[in-house]
Amino acid sequence: MSNTLPMEPKPDTALLLQDVSIEYRIPSESIRTFKEYIIRVLQGKIKHSSFLALKNVNLEVKQGEIFGVLGRNGAGKSTMLKVISKVLIPATGRLWIKGSISPLLQLGAGFHPELTGRENIFLNGTLLGHSQDEIAEKVDEIIEFSEIGSFLETPLRTYSSGMQARLGFAVATAWKPDILILDEVLSVGDVAFQEKCLQRMADFRESGATVLMVSHSIEQIRSICKRALWLDRGEIKIMGDAQDVCDAYQDAMLKKK
Amino acid sequence: MTAPTIYDSAKRKHPAIEELLALFKYRDLIYQLVRRDIVARYKRSVLGVAWTMLNPLGTMIIMVIVFSQVFSTVQSYPAYVLTGLICWTMFNQSTSMSISMMVWGAQLFQQIYLPRSSFVVSTILASMVNFVLSLVPLFLILIITRVQLGITLLLLPFSMLLLLMFSLGVGLLISTLAVFFPDVEQMYPVILTAWMYMSPIIIPVEILQNVLSGWVLRLNPFYYVLNIFRLIVYQGVFPTPKDWLYALGISFGALLIGWLFFSKKADSFAYHV
Repeated sequence: MSNTLPMEPKPDTALLLQDVSIEYRIPSESIRTFKEYIIRVLQGKIKHSSFLALKNVNLEVKQGEIFGVLGRNGAGKSTMLKVISKVLIPATGRLWIKGSISPLLQLGAGFHPELTGRENIFLNGTLLGHSQDEIAEKVDEIIEFSEIGSFLETPLRTYSSGMQARLGFAVATAWKPDILILDEVLSVGDVAFQEKCLQRMADFRESGATVLMVSHSIEQIRSICKRALWLDRGEIKIMGDAQDVCDAYQDAMLKKK
Repeated sequence: MTAPTIYDSAKRKHPAIEELLALFKYRDLIYQLVRRDIVARYKRSVLGVAWTMLNPLGTMIIMVIVFSQVFSTVQSYPAYVLTGLICWTMFNQSTSMSISMMVWGAQLFQQIYLPRSSFVVSTILASMVNFVLSLVPLFLILIITRVQLGITLLLLPFSMLLLLMFSLGVGLLISTLAVFFPDVEQMYPVILTAWMYMSPIIIPVEILQNVLSGWVLRLNPFYYVLNIFRLIVYQGVFPTPKDWLYALGISFGALLIGWLFFSKKADSFAYHV
């Protein structure tokens, strides 16, 4: 099995998942009201059925590596990203990360409509864990990149959705992450702005950031990644050379049809 | 270049300490959230922050008109009502807002890591700012109704700290419950209404002392916290060591229980949408 891993991170390790499992309770079984909870406790009928979204996942990504994650919808790709982003704390297993991770934040979540663009830059920046000093250093760059221009001092509710998305993207990517997560294809604003976003991502990649690329697109993984894994129903089916993994994935998908 | 920080889930400390350290690291976020609460609330109103002062004043005037004949035995009843009212408003608003902020924050917890307590803490602090503003109309009324203002007022910061700790404790507790049981959000206002009428806010202490031979007051944690504030602001006497002990025990106890419960459950918030 390619799932065997060293127990301790090495000097060039960027990311390490050891035996990580994530268990979700099945929604229909979960108790949604306090009243119901009390009744069930009194009846002694508290039982949980659950399913594993990730099963004993082991993964090591080296610094500077471009790593691909393949898998169908519901295979556990997003769950894995949430674990890596420290959003979901796994009940079992270990997560080890060196350095910062690019945020998964949906562009503009956390903005407040009554605050101005500038105020929102600071609010959003601190939500992402940066200090006010760090934001002050970057604020001009963010303003320039987002192209909001004269709207800077007006409330966010007067912005078009494109402007909000641009501002969100500019804040989220103002700091170079050590580990870059490329999730879905960027669809922010017009073609020219998309070009700018892709350029920024490429810059991050070239400057030596570790990249974790999550995609349905086999071609994308094939062309960029060296190593990859295929996630199926929460388990790593194959991990190794990106070409081999892509071949195996492609075969399996064709057979299904 | 600073060395990149290493995160290792195998080396996490006790959740209560972990949460406290994270909160300190995100202190600029707390400032931004408090600022947002205050700025956003008043941005589109003509009178702006003045509403914080006019609001309790308006309620007090209504209470005085309605109840001053009934409770005519109370000395300078407007001052009595207002002291109770601004403390209650602080507690009531901050804890209710904690719930709605957690519900709002849930969408962010699904996407990025932040200290889960930041929304509750910032909400309570924003309410505290409002509380300080509402001291302005309070002192106006105290002077108008000729309540003796003495050196006991120097103890005001301590009294406010008690109120802050108590509100934070209850806010953490109730918002944790609300994450797991959405009906808590509907239930809590009803509990608050009942709680208010069991507290000496509009109703004089003397009357409540006779209800169930005083147990309504004795078992009411809010009463002890309010008691300190009333003693130093309205009655102008120093609280006894016993008064302090009760109030401090309750406030700190609430905070401790709230913090431990919240941080213990915080990791599972992201699993409950």
